[in-house]
Amino acid sequence: MDLNQLTAHELLDRLKKGQVVSKSILDSLYARIQAVEPKVKAYARFKPGDKLSLNLQASALSAGLPITIKDNICTEGLNTECCSKILADFQPPYDATVISKLKAAGSSIFPLKSNMDEFAFGSSTENSYFGTTHNPWDLGSVPGGSSGGSAAAVASDEAIWALGSDTGGSIRQPASFCGVVGLKPTYGRVSRFGLIAFASSLDQIGPITKDVEDAAILTRIISGYDPNDSTSVNQEVPDYTKSLGNEIKGLKIGTPKEYFIEGMDAQVKSVIEEAVNRLKSLGGAINQVSLPHTQYAVPVYYIIATAEASSNLARFDGVQYGYRAKSTSLIDMYKKTRAEGFGEEAKRRIILGTFALSHGYYDAYYLRALKVRTLIKNDFDAVFKDFDCIVAPTSPTPAFKIGERTQDPLKMYLSDIYTISVNLAGIPAISIPCGFTKNGLPVGLQIMAKPFNEEMLFRVAHAFEQNTEWHKVKPRL
Amino acid sequence: MKYQTVIGLEVHLQLNTKTKAFCGCPIDFGKTPNSSVCPVCLGFPGTLPVYNKEALNSAIKLALAFSCQIQEHTKFDRKNYFYPDLPKNYQISQFDLPLSRNGYLDISSDGKIKRIGITRVHLEEDAGKLIHETSSSLVDFNRTGVPLLEIVSEPDLSSPQEAFDYLTSLKNVIEYLDVSDCDMEKGSLRCDANISLRPEGAKELGVKTELKNMNSFKGVKDALTFEIGRQTELLEAGQAMSQETRLWDAQKNETVSMRSKEGAKDYRYFPDPDLTVFVIDQEMVSRIKTQLPELPQEKMQRFMRDYGLSEYDAKILVSSKKNAQFSEDCIQKYPEKDKKTVVNWLIGPLLSEANSRKLNLYELNVNQEELISLIGFVENQSISHLSAKLVLTQMIDSQKPASLIIKENNMLQISDTAALEQIICDVVQENEKSVISFKAGKTNALMFLVGQVMKKSGGKANPKIVGELIRRRLTDA
Amino acid sequence: MAIDKETVEYVAHLARIELKPEELERLSRQLHDIIGFIDQLSALDVEQVKPASHILPISNVLREDKPHVCLTPDKALENAPSKIGNFFSVPKIIE
Repeated sequence: MDLNQLTAHELLDRLKKGQVVSKSILDSLYARIQAVEPKVKAYARFKPGDKLSLNLQASALSAGLPITIKDNICTEGLNTECCSKILADFQPPYDATVISKLKAAGSSIFPLKSNMDEFAFGSSTENSYFGTTHNPWDLGSVPGGSSGGSAAAVASDEAIWALGSDTGGSIRQPASFCGVVGLKPTYGRVSRFGLIAFASSLDQIGPITKDVEDAAILTRIISGYDPNDSTSVNQEVPDYTKSLGNEIKGLKIGTPKEYFIEGMDAQVKSVIEEAVNRLKSLGGAINQVSLPHTQYAVPVYYIIATAEASSNLARFDGVQYGYRAKSTSLIDMYKKTRAEGFGEEAKRRIILGTFALSHGYYDAYYLRALKVRTLIKNDFDAVFKDFDCIVAPTSPTPAFKIGERTQDPLKMYLSDIYTISVNLAGIPAISIPCGFTKNGLPVGLQIMAKPFNEEMLFRVAHAFEQNTEWHKVKPRL
Repeated sequence: MKYQTVIGLEVHLQLNTKTKAFCGCPIDFGKTPNSSVCPVCLGFPGTLPVYNKEALNSAIKLALAFSCQIQEHTKFDRKNYFYPDLPKNYQISQFDLPLSRNGYLDISSDGKIKRIGITRVHLEEDAGKLIHETSSSLVDFNRTGVPLLEIVSEPDLSSPQEAFDYLTSLKNVIEYLDVSDCDMEKGSLRCDANISLRPEGAKELGVKTELKNMNSFKGVKDALTFEIGRQTELLEAGQAMSQETRLWDAQKNETVSMRSKEGAKDYRYFPDPDLTVFVIDQEMVSRIKTQLPELPQEKMQRFMRDYGLSEYDAKILVSSKKNAQFSEDCIQKYPEKDKKTVVNWLIGPLLSEANSRKLNLYELNVNQEELISLIGFVENQSISHLSAKLVLTQMIDSQKPASLIIKENNMLQISDTAALEQIICDVVQENEKSVISFKAGKTNALMFLVGQVMKKSGGKANPKIVGELIRRRLTDA
Repeated sequence: MAIDKETVEYVAHLARIELKPEELERLSRQLHDIIGFIDQLSALDVEQVKPASHILPISNVLREDKPHVCLTPDKALENAPSKIGNFFSVPKIIE
């Protein structure tokens, strides 16, 4: 096996024992990228034969294990553009807190950032200014989104491991589509400082990895209190690897009845049912639970997330950084810069969010959405009184075809129907590979737990993973 | 028809914390443009605000000083609008849950005490500075993010003079608290005014005008005076008033309509998801209350009680914090139990020296020990009151000790009766008419005779002794 | 509640985004559908429900009033599309 195909924990082990040097890991990644990147397009600014090798040599000096970073996480002196024209050539003057933590832990930041939907607006990575990423399992399908680049890079062994961000499923859904592990931590667990905000009350950075152990290691590195983030919680970070290898006998596992409904792909349904049965055979006490306000999650989300986004993205105006359109007056500069700099989905969401906050509509939309958000959170609180975790599909369908949903934004929004509630409730959830459709597309199993109980996720996910082989299957490219 | 004027003031106050509201950039003006900035106050993508503890403390102090009710739950909101001096294109401010409400400030206008309501005091952040050149506008973000308080008065002010008095009292209290430099010229205190006119006796408010761009208290008064004239003319001509914002032009001494293309403002306020709520409990309020200094009103009462000052005198002495401090130091150092003498000096000769020099009492740089020594010379009748005033002037000009000035100018009074008897003898002989008048019971005549003796002695005779000697001489004879 | 073309135009102005006529048409149509979908929320009785403006029960996060190291003006202006001296520069504001 080539080095780039190994997991992070395998490589960390070999690095520690002196069996491998960082440069050879980078060389193998480089070779892989040269070979498959033209097909996958997981990286935002990759051009065959560009200066990548030079950059790689430079980063090899740091001797650590390379990690791939989504294009919306600030890396000092390294382009961070949210895959948007409006942030063209933006180089942050600072590192995100997660980047500082990774550097302190000895990681080397991979010099190419991964592709994403512009500003994380999307579920397919089709909204990137740099073009669509292709699903390594089926190049005609999307990798999911918005962290599609990170998920595709990890799935195609173009990355050892990666960071993504998850506002409504943007880590879990692409992880599910690409057959890898993706975790959205509890809101407040990981600092958002340096994550270019989409929706501040929902965003979290999280790992996308080849297996659960890697996710546990990476989550520990990036978690913890940050005095630069008012919403980061001052709570000790456990050693998540201690949650691995424990049995799950007797754990109370809920399956929400509202998630197993019409509209769910039949093959996904049977794969998930099989996975639930596997958990049962491992000793899990499976029972149906109810999250009665599930159907309202998508509408609530598209009000709250777009309202926050409309304000968060107001700063992209051509004054201090990024793209500025040719203009004769101030108002002209604003309107043209934003018209030319933002893609279609970004404009749609900014306008929707502005509407939800505008005079005369605030109470009917924004305030009402905040109230329904409370109801959704209460649903989870009620279930977690009696249950250790909830399992559900990550997505109602496997990866869909490129272009299939771009003309119908509403249909695209419904791709996130199983992942959005988790962000609204602020709870942690993980997606792990749990099987394939007949066409060979991966299906993800989602596990959710109480706030700050990531340990439960790792415990259940690891138990499942160690009793299956799904995570070891690699796409043929 | 007679019209009644209704005025409300909005004061913006920069707090004098060491660092900005939401980041650690030092508050330092007059520096190189864009040098006291960081990614947070520049609103760079990915950055997050964390509020300054000291700013909150100062704000609560100020609100308590105006007897406001501190709200138990308070939060920050975003006020969204595009302007180049606003890096995020939203201002962090407070909307529906301000820090405090329902306070008041007592002002004395025309010798009467009037209570002016304070609607609310809330927290916000300052914007940057714009410089308009011929072909472009330049932006300096050094001021961006300085903590501001907005202090909104009720429309309780009924004349430009009252507005002026309100601002003066407000400034005085704030100086006592030492939470702001309160310098309107430097922009650390800014004031906008709302003014409307209504027919005398009418209940409904008239159409209001918002006045901006005044840069002194006098400017506020002048702008309001101009506006009353302008609005009266319009009303009397039967013209419809329109609600508008007008800018004060101090040079031309007029207000000019600020035509805005924006139309009605739609700020799309919503709770800032990047900041937590603040719970300000009774314990915290009590703790901060104990940190409050003695405020002008209390100090005035105490001066009256402890030093036997009249309300009029006490008010003069407490009208600024430093004057009050200087005066109280003098009073306490004055060795006699009855403080009336030193107080009379303070509000008499010292104050007139200060007024003629256009300085504050404390700025006269009068050494307190020397002042007391000077008063001593007068009290033990070594010099006359008249001479003492001259000594004071010289003390201020030359900073020489009182005793030295008296010696140099040979000012000690003649109290030697033998020396005085000779002069009195001459005066009595030269002023026969007055002697007759005195004997006829006209006491004024005695004063005239004393004056003549003083004149002959070159002002050095002790008038008390002179008076006594003349009386004895004339009644005995 | 319906969202019409005028509203979209007004909101786009608030958001400072210029829309071409065909974009305005398309967006109005799409937003009409999306808002229609979102309007299912109005079926819920939320009179007594508290809004979840923050999902975390944390409060009073403050920082000490201590200065940090600032960016140099060069660094602050590094990404600027237009600058004059140490200032950011924008088209002249006429008001």
